[in-house]
This record gives sequence, structure tokens and C-alpha cells, in this order.
Amino acid sequence: MQIINVQTGIPFILNDRPVRSLSAPGTRLLDVLRQEFHLTGTKCGCKEGECGACAVLINGRLVTSCLVAVGSIAHQAVLTIEGYRKTERFAVLDEAFAEMAAVQCGFCTPGMVLATEALLSEHPHPSPEEIRQGLSGNLCRCTGYQALVQAVSTAAQKGAGLW
Amino acid sequence: MRGEALYVDDLVIEGLLYGRLLHSDRARARIRSIRLPKLPPEVTVVDWRDAPARNQIHIVQDDMPIFAKDEVAYVGDVILMLVGPDEQELQNLLSRIQIDYQELTPVLDPQLSQQVFFDYHYGHGQVEQAFAEADHIFSETFHTGLQEQAYLEPNGLIAIPGNRKMTVRGSMQCPYYVKTALVRALGEAADQVQVVQEVTGGGFGGKEDYPSVLACQLAVAALKTGRPVKCILNRREDMATTTKRHPSRCHYKVAVKAGQVTAMDIDVLMDSGAYTTLSPVVLQRGIIGAPGVYRIPNLRVHGQARKTNTVPNGAFRGFGAPQTFFAVEMMMSHIAAALNQEPLAFKARQLVSQGDETSTGGRYHFYVSLPDLIKRAEELSHYREKRQAYARQTAQRYRRGIGIALIYHGCGFTGNSERDFIKAVVKLKKRTDDRVEVLASNADIGQGIKTTFAKIVADQLALPLEQIIVNNPDTDKVPDSGPTVASRSLMTVGQLLAQAAARLKQVWEPGKEQVIEEHYQHPEYMIPFDMDRFAGDAYPTYSWAVSVVELELDRLTGTADILGAWGIFDVGVPIDYNIVQGQMQGGFLQGLGYACMEHLTYSPAGVPQQTSFTDYIIPTAADVPNLVTDLVNNPFSHGPYGAKGAGEMPMVGVAPAYLEALEQAMNCGRLEHVPFTAEDVLDRLSDADGHLHPDFDTWTWQSKSEAESQPADPRQRKG
Ligand code: FES
Ligand code: FES
Repeated sequence: MQIINVQTGIPFILNDRPVRSLSAPGTRLLDVLRQEFHLTGTKCGCKEGECGACAVLINGRLVTSCLVAVGSIAHQAVLTIEGYRKTERFAVLDEAFAEMAAVQCGFCTPGMVLATEALLSEHPHPSPEEIRQGLSGNLCRCTGYQALVQAVSTAAQKGAGLW
Repeated sequence: MRGEALYVDDLVIEGLLYGRLLHSDRARARIRSIRLPKLPPEVTVVDWRDAPARNQIHIVQDDMPIFAKDEVAYVGDVILMLVGPDEQELQNLLSRIQIDYQELTPVLDPQLSQQVFFDYHYGHGQVEQAFAEADHIFSETFHTGLQEQAYLEPNGLIAIPGNRKMTVRGSMQCPYYVKTALVRALGEAADQVQVVQEVTGGGFGGKEDYPSVLACQLAVAALKTGRPVKCILNRREDMATTTKRHPSRCHYKVAVKAGQVTAMDIDVLMDSGAYTTLSPVVLQRGIIGAPGVYRIPNLRVHGQARKTNTVPNGAFRGFGAPQTFFAVEMMMSHIAAALNQEPLAFKARQLVSQGDETSTGGRYHFYVSLPDLIKRAEELSHYREKRQAYARQTAQRYRRGIGIALIYHGCGFTGNSERDFIKAVVKLKKRTDDRVEVLASNADIGQGIKTTFAKIVADQLALPLEQIIVNNPDTDKVPDSGPTVASRSLMTVGQLLAQAAARLKQVWEPGKEQVIEEHYQHPEYMIPFDMDRFAGDAYPTYSWAVSVVELELDRLTGTADILGAWGIFDVGVPIDYNIVQGQMQGGFLQGLGYACMEHLTYSPAGVPQQTSFTDYIIPTAADVPNLVTDLVNNPFSHGPYGAKGAGEMPMVGVAPAYLEALEQAMNCGRLEHVPFTAEDVLDRLSDADGHLHPDFDTWTWQSKSEAESQPADPRQRKG
């Protein structure tokens, strides 16, 4: 059991920088990111782990941040869209998503982008089937997913070697 | 894409308070008393007593209160708001408020409701005579269910009080609707009302009417506290209490003579829910489309919207059309099967074409592209061969089916509303740096209207796209070019912008500020629409669509895998191909959800049973792996670059295509409602094994030769 000093907060790595959260350990990581750190790229669509809009990477694994208590992630590495968008991989995704018009209202997009990152790290050359499975935890009500799947395929091709 | 777009919940506002709503948990009751817990000094209660002018929200009518006064009409009706700095604290306090209700019996079934909100009739020809002379008379009743828009970003707004000014910002489709509602609700309390749309995470109609409700509630709270007040609904609250698609019951009676439909007598009932919201307009569009894409020489249509003690139903992509097009397409297929004909061939023989009268005695002034769309759909899907092959299949467990549906969508507002009520105005402002700003009130809710507007203006002026600026609408800056609804933004407002840009080009003076204003002109060719008689051109033109669904059913589990899905669309000419494709694909999937999975019900006490994505299931990336959408050009002479309305249409035809496919796969009779879930499939299959005449079957068939009603035989299903 990790002992957490309420004075010094919960230490974790946020977008490659060591930080401390002063929120109560039971606070949702989603709220910590949005309210304490003002990282509003992570969206809230349900707070019940069903929509994927709040998805972030923890140690490279895709998680819905609304279901994670900040107290449970001490010393772990959290990557949000704000950190990820500085990467070369993001640039490839950005271009592919734009080319395929895979962003409509954009609310699902940060979560989708991180889901794509998680997918491509595991399967650098995914089949359409694998893409659909990989994105199936993230809801999008606008696109019908077709453009998203094409965007991920395109990114996997254009960014070959990056993942 | 970069997570930088600021939605309403991302805004940082000085001195912000939160507002949390107390919703009724009774469907119909009088409020005897309200007992509040002891409130800390920083928490304020806001209720009907605080409404400065009228405790009413203007939508079409004014029957919805801002805060319920002494009675509640549905589970979710807002009674009061608690305002304070700490959201969690407010939530805890809310749960400790006690309301003493005097319960009344709620009316949940519109068929039992005595309160008719709207009642319309129209028709033409000699209906009785056509039935008297018919070879066959068929009748059947269809039902469609509730559907939730399920935009990913929940509804949310912030009201910011100023010096005799009220500003509301947030997620919405129609800034000027919200403004009008606020002006009426606030009266003299605010000289000036400003409404600003922020980046909006999807709408689909769900942010057409509802934001006026929340805006009034928040503005009253902001007025009382003198501080900005924000409320972002949580998902359960949004699903349980905000507007949805109207459930419907459609009864069709159809006369056939010499293989042609000669008359339809149609009765449509829509469940309005507790308040009227947009029901009149939804019902109008629904009944105008009720005879579908067919030439019906004798027609009688009756439509009603009645009150029930359920969530008020309002706008949702398709706006009344998905209900009646589902019914008419199923009816036509069922008649074809009864007459031993292949449904598509039967339907194709009676399609409307250019020059024909519309259901309301207007005209199809322009080319009707349905035959081209059908041809393309057949090329891509091989519908006919598959339909025949699947009719012969003998497999027991895994069975396939394919279905097709033909629909139109009337582009723009119904009737003369553009001319008489909306009177759209747009402006182009050329700055001294020669960049051009588009000033229009249409909101980008993900459908890409900003890009499309910019493309039109850039093209007309022969400028690079970067030189065109389109900001989110702010009523202090943009004229009222009407709401973002009815697939009108591009066709109607886009056309005005094209005209304005053409004029700007003529007077262009480099380095000078110039403003061009353009006003809506009603197309001269239109036959004026008489709303009392439902006579004339209901729409300036029509977009057309053919949807095909092919599936494989597992009769053991009741689940169906989509093997293929095709949507072929005539939207005139697409201005941005990718944007239109995205609309078609997104809409198609919503249609599929409507057909088979999106299921919302109320308990006997009127409590919504599905209020989260856990139990209200919408399609995921894995559900339709093979959707193909295609566009067939058919330029519209009065739209910008030939464009017509697009956004709503793709969802309309999916449910009947899916159900026709499912019917073929199930092979146990007619299906007559959506959503038709896996559970429904299993129920129906077991029913069909047990009984010969299940009571869900409302089908009747009278033939002249026999002159008596033939019993429905659910086992006989041809085609
Ligand atoms: S907000 Fe976390 S999954 Fe929806
Ligand atoms: S783009 Fe709107 S939810 Fe995905």
C-alpha cells in the first residue's frame, strides 16, 4: 500500500513531466487533469467508462480516465493529448485524420487519437478488422467510423517505421 | 484534433458558479411542498418565483415552464436549481431536498391520451371511390420507438450577467432561437441579450430546441446571483430529461388496382411527450412524407401529436420523416409480398417523377433521380440476385436477408417558413487587409458548415481559403440567417453567401472595408404553401436516397451481422466530397442504431429505463464493417454549385431496409416495428413456432374476388 502524503500530494508523470496532484486520492483522474492541471483536451462524455472520450495512456496502456482514481496512479506515466500532440507520431495521425475527414464535431477525437496510438503500438500494420476492434471502446456519433478506419490505415502506411 | 478546441466545459470564466438542476422524479403530480435542507450561505435556490418576466420558454409555443410551479408533467421536469461554487456540494444538497407530491396517474401511451396538441388533415382525389373500386385493400399498423441523439458532448451552457445585459455561451445549433427565448423570458430585466455558440460536440437536432430551455434556467440564475452560472448536464441527466425522437404509430390502408396503388388512407400519431416543443413541425414533415416516394392518385392523411407524461420529444435528424418513411416502405414491401411480387420491382413501378404532383399538390419541379440511384445500388449491392437467392435458402440456423428502401428528404423548412418567419440575412465583411469574414448565424456542430461556407466564398471571390474567416456565431456580430436545422444551412444560406460573394467581387476595392448584405428570396417557381390545407410546394426541392442492408441472422441468438450496407444519395452536387461522405456515413449508422439496437423505454411509473451508454447501446466501430456510401450528381439550379440539403437524409431509409432484410432472414412473417432488437427476434421466432396468428400482426387483406378478410398467415412470405 502506497502511503500518500496529503501535504505533498500524489506524484506521477504527466506528459513527461513529474507533477503532484493535491486532489483527494479518490478523485477521478479525468477531473484532476481537467480541473487541477487545466488539460481540457481530455473530454468527459459519460463518467462511466462507456464512451472513451476521456481516454488517456497510462504507461502506454489505453484507459478511461473517468474510472481511474488519481490515488492509484502514483509514479506512473500519464500521457494526454496535450503531451502526445508534440510527437512525430501525432503529426502523422493529424495529417491522416485531416485527409480522410475523420474529425467532425471533434469531441471524440482526443480519445480516438490515443486509442489509435495504443492500437498502432501493438499492431503497427493493423487490418481493418483490427482497427475496428481497436477503436470499438471509443464512441463516435458523427462519423460512422468509416473515415476513422481509413485514417488509421493511412497513418499506419505513411508512418511505417514510427510504430 | 489537437485537443485545443474549447467546448463550453473548457472555458475559464472569472467568478463562475455552478448550477445543478432538481428534476421531478414523478411523471405527473402536484407539488404540495418542497422541503430544503439547511443551505450554506454560498448556495442560492432558484425557482419559478425568480423568473423576471414570464415563467415560460418560447420554442414554437410557450407551454413549457422555466421552472415547474405547482405541477410536474414528466420525470425530469425541472423544479429548481441550486447555484453555488462547489458542484459536488450542490449535488449532495440536491439529494437531500424533499418534495411532497400529490401523485396523479400519468398518461404514458399516446393512444390513450385525451390531450391532442396538434391535429392535421390533408389529401386529394376520391379516396372512398378508389377503395370501392380496388382489387385489393391492405391495412397494417406500424410503430417506431424513441431515439436519443447521443451527441458525445452533453448539453451545456453558461449564462453571464452584465450591466443590463445577459450573455449565454455554449453548445447549441441555433443561437437566434436561444436569443428569442431569452428575450421573452427576461423581459425588461435585460436590455440586451447576446448568444454565442461555442465549439459544439454534435447536435443532430438535440441542440436545436433544448438549449433554449437550459438557457432560460441559467439566465434566471445568473440574474439572481449576479454571477456567471454554468451547467453541463451529466450523461444520465441528458439522456433521461432532454428531447428525443418522437415515437409513432402509423396506420396505413392501401387500395391496389391492376397492380398499382390507387389510394392510401394514412393515420399518423406521434407522442409529443409532456410539452409541445417542436412537435407541430415534426408532425408536419412526417405526414407530408407519409405516402413516400410513390405516385398516389387518391390520398387522405391524418396526423396527430398528443401529450403524454414523458420526456418532451423534439428535433432529431430526419425530423418526423424516419417514422413515416419506415411505415410506408414496410407497407409497400408487405403488399408486394402479398401480391407475389419482388418488392423493389413493385415499388419502382409507381415512383414519382419530375413534373408529378407531390402529396400536397405541389410539384416535383426537378429531375427525380431515384431510377439512377436504384441502378447504382443494384450495381454495388447485387440486390436482386441476392434477394432471389436468399428466398431459396434452406439453412436453419444462419440465414441471410437483403432489403432496400427508397426515400426522399424535403430540403429546407416546411412550407413558407423561410419566407414568412426566418427571412434569412447574411453578410460578408471585407476587411482592410482584404480578408473576408462570413457573418451568418449557422453553427458548425461537426457537419463542417464552416469549411463549406468558406469554400463557397473563396471560390466566388477567387481567393485562397485561408483568406476567408468563419467564426462561431455570436448574435452581437452576425445577422439572423436562421437556425442550423432542416438541412438548410448549405442549400439556403450557402446560396445567399454565394450571391453576396458574387456582388462583393463586382465592387471589390483593395484595402477598403466593405460590407455586403444579402436577403433571402423565395424561389419564384414555388407554388405557395397553404399551411391550413397542406396545399402547395412543401419544399423547394428534394434530395433522394436508396439504402440497402444485407445481413446474416443467427436464429439461435437472435443477433444479426451486417454483411453489407449501401447508401446511395442524390444531394445535388457535393461541395466538399469528404464532408458529405462523412455526413452520409454518420447518418447511416444512426439509422442502423434506430433499426436494431437503440431502445428506450419507460417503467409503468414513467421513469426512463435507459439513461447511460451502458444500457442505451449506440453503434461502435465494430458494428458495420463494410458500409459503402456513394453520391450521384443531380445539380440543383437554385442551390450553391448545385447543392441540395444533405445532413438528415442518410438516416431515414436505413430502418426499413434493415427490417426488410431481417424479415427475409427470419422468414416468419411481417415485421412492423423498430427498433427490432435481438430479443424481439427471439420472441418473434418462438411466437411463430407456437401460434399461427400472433396478435402483434395487424395486417388485413381484402380482395375483391373473395370480398372478405383473409386471415393473416405469418408463415407465407414470398419474394
Ligand atoms: S467519460 Fe470516461 S468513458 Fe466516457
Ligand atoms: S466526431 Fe463527433 S463524436 Fe466523433
